[in-house]
Amino acid sequence: MSFLDLKNVTKIYPNGTKAVHETSLSVDEGEFMVFVGPSGCGKSTLLRMVAGLEDITEGDINLDGKLMNEVDPSERDVAMVFQNYALYPHMNVYNNLAYGLKNRGIDKETIEQKVNDAAKLLQISDYLQRKPSMLSGGQRQRVAMGRAIVRNPKIFLFDEPLSNLDAKLRIQMRLEIKKLQQKVGVTSIFVTHDQVEAMTLADRLAVINNGIIEQLGTPIEIYDNPKSLFVAGFIGSPQMNFLDGNLKNKTLSAEGFEIKDIDSDFEGEVTLGIRPEHLSQSENALISLKVELVEQLGSDNLVYGQLKNKKDFCYRCPGNQTIEKGSNLSLNIENNKYYIFDKSTGKRVN
Amino acid sequence: MTRFITSSFSHLILLIGILIMVVPVWMIFASSTHTSSMINMNGLQMFVGDSFYENYLRVLLYQGGFFKEITALKMFFNSFIMATGVAILSVVTSLMAAYALVYYRIKYATLLFWIIFITILVPLELRIFPTYSVMAELNLVNSYFGLIVPISASAIATLFFRQFYKTVPDELLESAKLDGANTWRFFVDFLIPLSKTMIVAMLIFMFVFGYNQYLWPLLVTTSEQYWTVVMGLKMMSGSIVHRFAFVMMSMVPPILIIIVLQKHFIKGVFQDK
Ligand SMILES: Nc1ncnc2c1ncn2[C@@H]1O[C@H](COP(=O)(O)OP(=O)(O)O)[C@@H](O)[C@H]1O
Ligand SMILES: [Mg+2]
Repeated sequence: MSFLDLKNVTKIYPNGTKAVHETSLSVDEGEFMVFVGPSGCGKSTLLRMVAGLEDITEGDINLDGKLMNEVDPSERDVAMVFQNYALYPHMNVYNNLAYGLKNRGIDKETIEQKVNDAAKLLQISDYLQRKPSMLSGGQRQRVAMGRAIVRNPKIFLFDEPLSNLDAKLRIQMRLEIKKLQQKVGVTSIFVTHDQVEAMTLADRLAVINNGIIEQLGTPIEIYDNPKSLFVAGFIGSPQMNFLDGNLKNKTLSAEGFEIKDIDSDFEGEVTLGIRPEHLSQSENALISLKVELVEQLGSDNLVYGQLKNKKDFCYRCPGNQTIEKGSNLSLNIENNKYYIFDKSTGKRVN
Repeated sequence: MTRFITSSFSHLILLIGILIMVVPVWMIFASSTHTSSMINMNGLQMFVGDSFYENYLRVLLYQGGFFKEITALKMFFNSFIMATGVAILSVVTSLMAAYALVYYRIKYATLLFWIIFITILVPLELRIFPTYSVMAELNLVNSYFGLIVPISASAIATLFFRQFYKTVPDELLESAKLDGANTWRFFVDFLIPLSKTMIVAMLIFMFVFGYNQYLWPLLVTTSEQYWTVVMGLKMMSGSIVHRFAFVMMSMVPPILIIIVLQKHFIKGVFQDK
């Protein structure tokens, strides 16, 4: 059994909403697990069941070899960082950090030691006497992290902790969280709807949709090898291009072109997925794109346009290429990097 | 210029309002410092006379009542005990009732709350005889306990605290739970400090409410030893200046409480912002 073990965990809210469907998942000690998925997919619910803030309707949760189902959150030895930080507004930063330790009857000197260590680690030593209302967003974020770290819990739980920060700070804190987790080495679960955050933070990530884990794996595995239409569309930015097509006798006929010798015995309606970055320009290639808009990011250009059948399409090329608005590009798929999904079930077939 | 005129006009109106409230009080105070023959001959006075100490000391220490066995000083003491008791007891019970209503998973908590709330529509006067017979059965007539307890369940304070608790974000409770706080600790370490401002406001409000009680203490006490100031106002006999002096002194405790507590009140309001 691994460090955290979820077995067939299901959550049905009193109003009948089934937020999490029979979900099983293992997290190893020291691992950084990320739950990613669109808003309302049940990520928070799953996380809150681990914390003990929601009852488990069915299934078992084991943490460090102990069954947690009936254990009170105060006894679970988990720490959570909330989206709005949930700092204690009437206590100064020092007491915010010390509160959890005081409740465990730890003596004053040890508490002071631990709080000062955590404050130093997070560079908040200068604000220990301030109330949360006198701190900036980034500083509050650090205090929330400090409150989690100082207790040295079995597991850290993060529920979209970066979504209240501005873009620049978000990237900075993302890095710091990752570094901190590696330094402290505590098992962590991080919930986010932002796939970039998920990809950059995770040792392993779980892509969740409608209360079901669609795919579980390392970020690269999931990027390279999405198992379903949903995962393919959710992971990767800009989004994967999807085209309708038909697969028969190992030949895919899409709108305006064909691909032969496909490694699949599936026959019928399919969706072809091509990532914008897996295309290159060449003479007489498969796909012909009429350019409508070019976003120059410096390192890359994002080229948006339409195919012959008026379908929107995106192509990503190096930033040093100049591409004229209104021109026609002829594009090939690099190294046969395309994904084919059964149109009715969304399952990968190649 | 028009702004100057409108603002002086509104100031004038406010000034008139203040005068209407302050002048009678001042006249009673000024009159209470004269001798009674002076008042009887010349009517109410606008200026302070020279019998202040004489009149006020006599009122405080004079054995009054039908049986001449209670002084005004004792009445102030009784009123203070009663008002403080009502204030503290009602604030404590409402804090706890609101906590249970908001945070415990009670079925029909909302219904329960409204049942508590409609007791506002049933004033003490309406239930005074049943309440009296309960107190009589319990042998609590002529006791501070009997004076305080029956008027110390406050639906209004419960309403205020309940509405406040409902605005406290759930994450705060969850965060505290994960930090190892049990139900009691969350109440003491979070809700009480967070509602400090409101507690002070309610203490002032309930103190004045308890201090102003007239009918209930009249009914539940037969011994003069339990007379309160407000009862004394009605029962006091004696010359007109002494009664004026007593009226003046009866206003002091509520004002004092407001002055003492308002510092915390205002401090709390500004800290929360
Ligand atoms: N307390 C609740 N009662 C009923 N339904 C809820 C409750 N909390 C969340 N839900 C529902 O459960 C689903 C999953 O919610 P949540 O876990 O918060 O999603 P996420 O965090 O992924 O955005 C949503 O459809 C939401 O409406
Ligand atoms: Mg959520």
